[in-house]
Amino acid sequence: MASKITEQQVEHVAELAKLEFPKDELGKFTTQLGSIIDMFEDLTAVDTDGVEPMTSATDRVNVMREDKAVKATKEETEALLKNAPDEDGGYIRVPVIIDESEDGE
Amino acid sequence: MDFYQTDLSQLHNDLVNKKISASELTKATFDHIKANDDQVKAFLTLNEDAATKRAQEIDDAGIAADQLVSGVPLAVKDNILTKGLTTTAASKILENFNPVYDATVVDKLNQAGFINVGKTNLDEFAMGSSTENSAFFTTHNPWDLTRVPGGSSGGSAAAVAAGDVLGALGTDTGGSIRMPASFNGVVGMKPTYGRVSRWGIIAFGSSFDQVGWLTRTVKDNAYLMALIAGNDKHDMTSSLKEVPDWAAHLNDDTSVKGLKIAVPKEYYDDLNDDVKKVVKAALDHLESLGATVDKVSLPRTKYGVPAYYILASSEASSNLQRYDGIRYGFRAKDAKNLDEVYVKSRTEGFGEEVKRRIMLGTFSLSAGFYDAYFNKAAKVRRLIAQDFDKVFENYDLIIGATGATTAFKIGAEIDDPKTMYMNDVLTVPVNMAGLPAMSVPAGFSEKNGMPVGLQIIGKPFDEQTIYNAGYVFEQTTDFHKKAPKLGGQN
Repeated sequence: MASKITEQQVEHVAELAKLEFPKDELGKFTTQLGSIIDMFEDLTAVDTDGVEPMTSATDRVNVMREDKAVKATKEETEALLKNAPDEDGGYIRVPVIIDESEDGE
Repeated sequence: MDFYQTDLSQLHNDLVNKKISASELTKATFDHIKANDDQVKAFLTLNEDAATKRAQEIDDAGIAADQLVSGVPLAVKDNILTKGLTTTAASKILENFNPVYDATVVDKLNQAGFINVGKTNLDEFAMGSSTENSAFFTTHNPWDLTRVPGGSSGGSAAAVAAGDVLGALGTDTGGSIRMPASFNGVVGMKPTYGRVSRWGIIAFGSSFDQVGWLTRTVKDNAYLMALIAGNDKHDMTSSLKEVPDWAAHLNDDTSVKGLKIAVPKEYYDDLNDDVKKVVKAALDHLESLGATVDKVSLPRTKYGVPAYYILASSEASSNLQRYDGIRYGFRAKDAKNLDEVYVKSRTEGFGEEVKRRIMLGTFSLSAGFYDAYFNKAAKVRRLIAQDFDKVFENYDLIIGATGATTAFKIGAEIDDPKTMYMNDVLTVPVNMAGLPAMSVPAGFSEKNGMPVGLQIIGKPFDEQTIYNAGYVFEQTTDFHKKAPKLGGQN
């Protein structure tokens, strides 16, 4: 395992996580992450040969529900849309994602 | 109303016998909160209008003898959805979020007639051990206002400790009910994973998160827990196991005679001297009441923190991808395309600790690191769970300290995430294994007068034995009767 994380790696992970760190904060953040990741390295001392990974402590497995759509009432839809940052005519509005000026070039 | 003067059973009797009405009780509760909360800052949102209206409805309908919480004011941690009442998870990204449905636990409490007085402060998205990571303000410990209340359910613990309410809902992913209970001298129970529905709880680490209560007494905790427990068709990890009437077993006949208690040296030997002294006295007391106490070892305890922070952060990075600025929550103003909506909204909306954990999780799950970090931690999780199983082959309970220290000063650890994470060393292994565990007031530090919690860990779904031991300990000591004096005179 690599023992230190670099600023370049932090920038790459931030890109995957859809986050951004200004240049002046990147150094501090990289140092903090590096120190925590160093702590993760402690796990190399544990012998885990032949151990099954454990990802949940539930006593239930593969619980399925019926795949059934439920129609929302007008009031429910309105309440949901009130939480949207921007809406128009019953739809959630987002910024334009296609720059048409570059289309067809 | 100062809830140090009563308990749930007494309050219920007073309501049924009309010594006090739900409306009078609710008004008195808000009067008390308003007198205290400028200093404590336990509440993010007060629900005064709706609570007053609800209390009147309950008075009009009357309170039956079997409706124990009808008309009783209680508080809810602000990462639990409440329909029509702002729910923020103490994050700027959800500052104006108004849920369109109630969490199952809230729905059950509504049906039981509780009065929701408001939403309590927490570390943003329940990520933290001090309630200093709230995007809005820091909650102060009622025992000493210069100290943290612990976290992440710090607002709920402080509200109970300040006598604002008899009980407040919390969530516990790595110790977030038990640590603040310990720091505030109140009772905090994290039930077995699957015992209580997580539907409507703002997700952090889904395989760890569990809802529970912070209360002043053990019996109140047992009463209230039974109200929210049980299978829920909306939560596919919620257990089908029947919910016992835990409180009914807590009476004069409850005993710890013959109870086999294991004390892991990891939960005792490394404590600060002042905490150790309190824990030793508590263990000696249980022994004097007829329990047997043996030293054991949970050898992988020290690996719990790194393994937990890999796994819980990985789950958090996945759960928090939904905050994308599109359908709800904060959206950055100047985003010009889709990618900018995501990146700017998340960067501006999340606080530092949340970003740190998303980064740790994304890193642990990323190509090239998955096996070395996530998979390794999941294997260590199995070994930690097996260590507990092995001890429980011969013992009824595992008991030790909840935290290695008492509440620290506000600001003392905030710039040192690694030290902050290490505070959870005695609580996270329980969440790794999905076990039930409770912190009960065990005494006070001679050094600084702050409360110390005793952690009682049980076998899966054996909350009863935990409640029994906690009840006997509480009934034969008087630590829970001492109230903080706001202003730091303790």
